[in-house]
Amino acid sequence: MSENRKSPMNRQKRRTGRRHPLATVALLALGLVFTGGAYAAFSTGTAQAESSANSQQTIDEGKKLFQANCATCHGLAAQGTTDGPSLVGVGAAAVDFQVGTGRMPMQMQGPQAQKKPVQFTDEQVKQLAYYVASLGPGPDIPADHLTNGGGDAANGAELFRINCAMCHNVAGAGGALTEGKFAPALTDVTGVHIYEAMVTGPQNMPVFNDMNISPEDKRDIITYLKYVQDNRSPGGFELGSIGPVAEGLFIWIFGLGSLVAITVWITAKSN
Amino acid sequence: MAQDDHSGTEIAAADSSHAAPAASPGTALIAPDSFENPGFPPHRPRVTDEDPKREKRAQRTVYTLFYLSILGSVWAIAAYMLFPMESNNVGDVRLNNLFIGLGATLALLGIGFGAVHWAKSLMYDVELVDERHPIGGSPETQAAAVKVFQDADRESGFSRRAVIRNSLIGALLVFPLPAVVLFRGLAPQDQNPIELLSHTMWKKGTRLALDPSGAPIKASDVTMGSAFHVIPEGLQDLEHGKLDEKAKAAVLLMRLDPKDLNELPERKTWSYDGIVAYSKICTHVGCPVALYEQHTHHLLCPCHQSQFDVANHCEVIFGPAKRPLPQLPIAVDDEGYLIAQSDFTEPVGPSFWERH
Repeated sequence: MSENRKSPMNRQKRRTGRRHPLATVALLALGLVFTGGAYAAFSTGTAQAESSANSQQTIDEGKKLFQANCATCHGLAAQGTTDGPSLVGVGAAAVDFQVGTGRMPMQMQGPQAQKKPVQFTDEQVKQLAYYVASLGPGPDIPADHLTNGGGDAANGAELFRINCAMCHNVAGAGGALTEGKFAPALTDVTGVHIYEAMVTGPQNMPVFNDMNISPEDKRDIITYLKYVQDNRSPGGFELGSIGPVAEGLFIWIFGLGSLVAITVWITAKSN
Repeated sequence: MAQDDHSGTEIAAADSSHAAPAASPGTALIAPDSFENPGFPPHRPRVTDEDPKREKRAQRTVYTLFYLSILGSVWAIAAYMLFPMESNNVGDVRLNNLFIGLGATLALLGIGFGAVHWAKSLMYDVELVDERHPIGGSPETQAAAVKVFQDADRESGFSRRAVIRNSLIGALLVFPLPAVVLFRGLAPQDQNPIELLSHTMWKKGTRLALDPSGAPIKASDVTMGSAFHVIPEGLQDLEHGKLDEKAKAAVLLMRLDPKDLNELPERKTWSYDGIVAYSKICTHVGCPVALYEQHTHHLLCPCHQSQFDVANHCEVIFGPAKRPLPQLPIAVDDEGYLIAQSDFTEPVGPSFWERH
């Protein structure tokens, strides 16, 4: 009996003794993930608690953020200076687009503001947006059902070809404009930001108001862009979808290259 | 060296001045530079000539390539059956094209590479000189050829029976005429092409409508910085020639701050409160110009980078276009909709024979 009892205990001891060398690392990693996850859950929880709609407190917070980060160029009351335009009446949509894609605050004056890592949290972007919206009526941040890509992709494609494709390329791959400006690629841009860009006309993009392209048509355009992004081209390699330049370069280098190689092989004397 | 050259030319000059030179004057010049014909480089046998094992291997490679070609052809047939294009799924088209293409490529490249490898490694390997010979034949050959023609002429009576000959020449001349008439049929019938190129669907009072829906546009809809793609109202209902009309009548409508707008004195009445309408057809080769930058007011043509300045009556500021874009004079009707005051006052689009 005693022997029987002893042997499983021994076995257990041996098992614990022969722990895998990576077990400590795994445990550590698990601990870190758990702590990080718990922190993230906690912090988003507080953010959600704070983000009540368009309240006076949100506007006040936004005003503080604005005066600290934007007033240098746009003026203390967003009235505009020689370095930046007035923001009275641009609406929440313009702020959510410009700040939410990292274009504002601008890094430097140039042909156009470039996309870069976002400088504020989502909460702060909303506060800024509602502060600017409180200065004068302007387009609001669009509702979710208009930006989630649940529309008619075929109608969106026709409208995109007529209104957008000349600058943004028919597959949304972007294109060059004059004097260093360019129409950016629309891949990996959220539906909300595409909608806001159409309504507000950031930088040199023209404005497409709701009389020109109705909200439902805008939803269809977003649907088309999502469709193009999610469905690979039936033609095989897209080469960036930027058209004859990439395709021509490819065939010049690889097509002509292989022709030259074969010609050299045919005419070389056999070993 | 320089002295030698000098004496050489002197000799040549002296030779040519004498009417009957012993040698041609050129030889005196080039003689010192002439070199021996080096002949062929020494013959270098290939490994397949010396090593029977290598020869066997090359032989194996060649017939393997030919067998691969057979395999490729068979695979192309099989792929045609295995990956049909019958469903409307574009993915199937891709698979069908891909696998048939791979089979056909293997079939062709197998034959090609096999043949070249065969010739290079196994076929008879010896250097030869293929001497050039004069292009003209010997006098006898030439005389025989002339005789053939003369005999043919005599036997057929081509010169003697002038009526038959001339009617044949006539038949050959008339033969291409149906093709000319058929090609003429592609052009507009019973209409002056210059007239057609000079006028569009726009008339006095035609409402400006949205492309593609055809909904009329109110002046109040066109907010600052907007760009509307415009067609004449009624274009969508055309039975025939819709695209032909659209290709001429397409218009871009923009609203600028009236302060930014620098209008020609005679065109002061052509805009409405900063709203201007310009032809979308480039005056260079007719691409649609619609890349509008709302702050610089520049219009860029994507085909050849012509730039037009909308603030300055669309004058050309860069690129190969020679004329500004034609402006459509617009006004507002009683109900607030934008209407055309008239057609374009000049032909839209690129130059043609009668317009430069």
